Amino acid sequence: MSAPAVEFRSVRKSFQPGRAVLEDFSLIVGTGETVVLIGPSGCGKTTVLKLVNRLLEADAGDVLVFGRDVRQEDPVRIRRQLGYVIQEGGLFPHWDVARNVAVVPELLGWSQERRRLRAEELLAMVNLPAGEFSSRRPRELSGGQRQRVGMARALAGDPPVVLMDEPFGALDPIARRALQGEFLGWKRKLGKAVLLVTHDLSEAFRLADRVALLEGGRVHQAGTPDEIRDRPTDAFVREFVSGGLGTR
Amino acid sequence: MNGLPSYLWERRNEIVSLTAEHVLLVLLSTALAVSIGLPLGIVLTRRPRLARPILGFAGVVQTIPSLALFGFLIPLPLIGGIGAQTAILALVFYALLPILRNTYTGIRSVDPAIIEAATGLGMTARQRLWWVELPLALPVVLAGVRIATVVSIGLATIAAAIGAGGLGVLIYRGIAIVDNRLILAGALPAALLALAADLLLGAAERRWSGA
Repeated sequence: MSAPAVEFRSVRKSFQPGRAVLEDFSLIVGTGETVVLIGPSGCGKTTVLKLVNRLLEADAGDVLVFGRDVRQEDPVRIRRQLGYVIQEGGLFPHWDVARNVAVVPELLGWSQERRRLRAEELLAMVNLPAGEFSSRRPRELSGGQRQRVGMARALAGDPPVVLMDEPFGALDPIARRALQGEFLGWKRKLGKAVLLVTHDLSEAFRLADRVALLEGGRVHQAGTPDEIRDRPTDAFVREFVSGGLGTR
Repeated sequence: MNGLPSYLWERRNEIVSLTAEHVLLVLLSTALAVSIGLPLGIVLTRRPRLARPILGFAGVVQTIPSLALFGFLIPLPLIGGIGAQTAILALVFYALLPILRNTYTGIRSVDPAIIEAATGLGMTARQRLWWVELPLALPVVLAGVRIATVVSIGLATIAAAIGAGGLGVLIYRGIAIVDNRLILAGALPAALLALAADLLLGAAERRWSGA
């Protein structure tokens, strides 16, 4: 059996002594699987993502990508192999859309022609025709368009794993639903392993193969949306799912 | 004050050559200040613990009255003495702070989400600096250069006091013989230079802030 795309083994992480954000945190993201990590704000969801691409280091426990300990890898190299969609989009404001999308290929040393074709391909996929959008600057885009560019940028190097931090967070409900639908389309087509963080329960249920509920530094329950809904394993999960917590 | 234009016209040769000296003093000192302040400012963003004492020191230097600073430098061996080199050194001290501070704040005020994206997508520290941080900080850095240049143009008039030449020569001579027209012959071109530098560098700032 091949190693899962991402695996956390009893990870501990604290930013202040004595107050662990993650404590005995374990989770597996299988190849091609979408795992949505959900929990109340401040529960350490973003921290989990940053441990994978080594923006943060675990204090204890292991983080493995395809069976290899990320601490053994060169951080710059591993980041280029992990797609990353960050919370606020984080587009480079001084670059046009095409260069933003093709930044990872540029870092990987692809030729200019190949980068251009790749940017066109991805922009078409996220419904931003290259002819119209390639040479625009991020400030000339709507919030939804920026998120689309951020998505295209994360996929440009064809990474086997994509980390997404609240990718639809800043959008109005209509744009949000539209982009979620598109996400499911790309997902089917590309078959990437995705670890997505959100605090929106309906989004989690819609996008996930499996949902993991994080609170108090550990996963309370990880399972398919049906399992979480129908067979909550503890009181926190039951309350969270019934809508008492976690919805905006 | 009658006939100021014709008075200036008669002295045009001297005014032009002193203006050239003045511009040279300012260009040399600003260029030196940029070549020290820019790299040092970048280093400070990487070593935030050094930032406070070094920016503080540069700030203190700035508060030394300029005439006194010129005076302090004269007796120093090698770097001191009478003449342009001492004046340039003093001007570098004054120009350093705005350039240093603006480089530091310019880079530090780049949106953290953008820095995180650059790092998270796999840029090395050097790529992040050249591709993202410096281009985005450029308008602020240029504002520092503009302030330094404009200040230097004014300060350089004092450099004449230690024999460095420049438009201050006319001003000092005018004061000595109580001739306002002579003072203006030095002060007007200096003021025009400062305005021109401000406009030019301001335009550059706007050009590069089109992010």
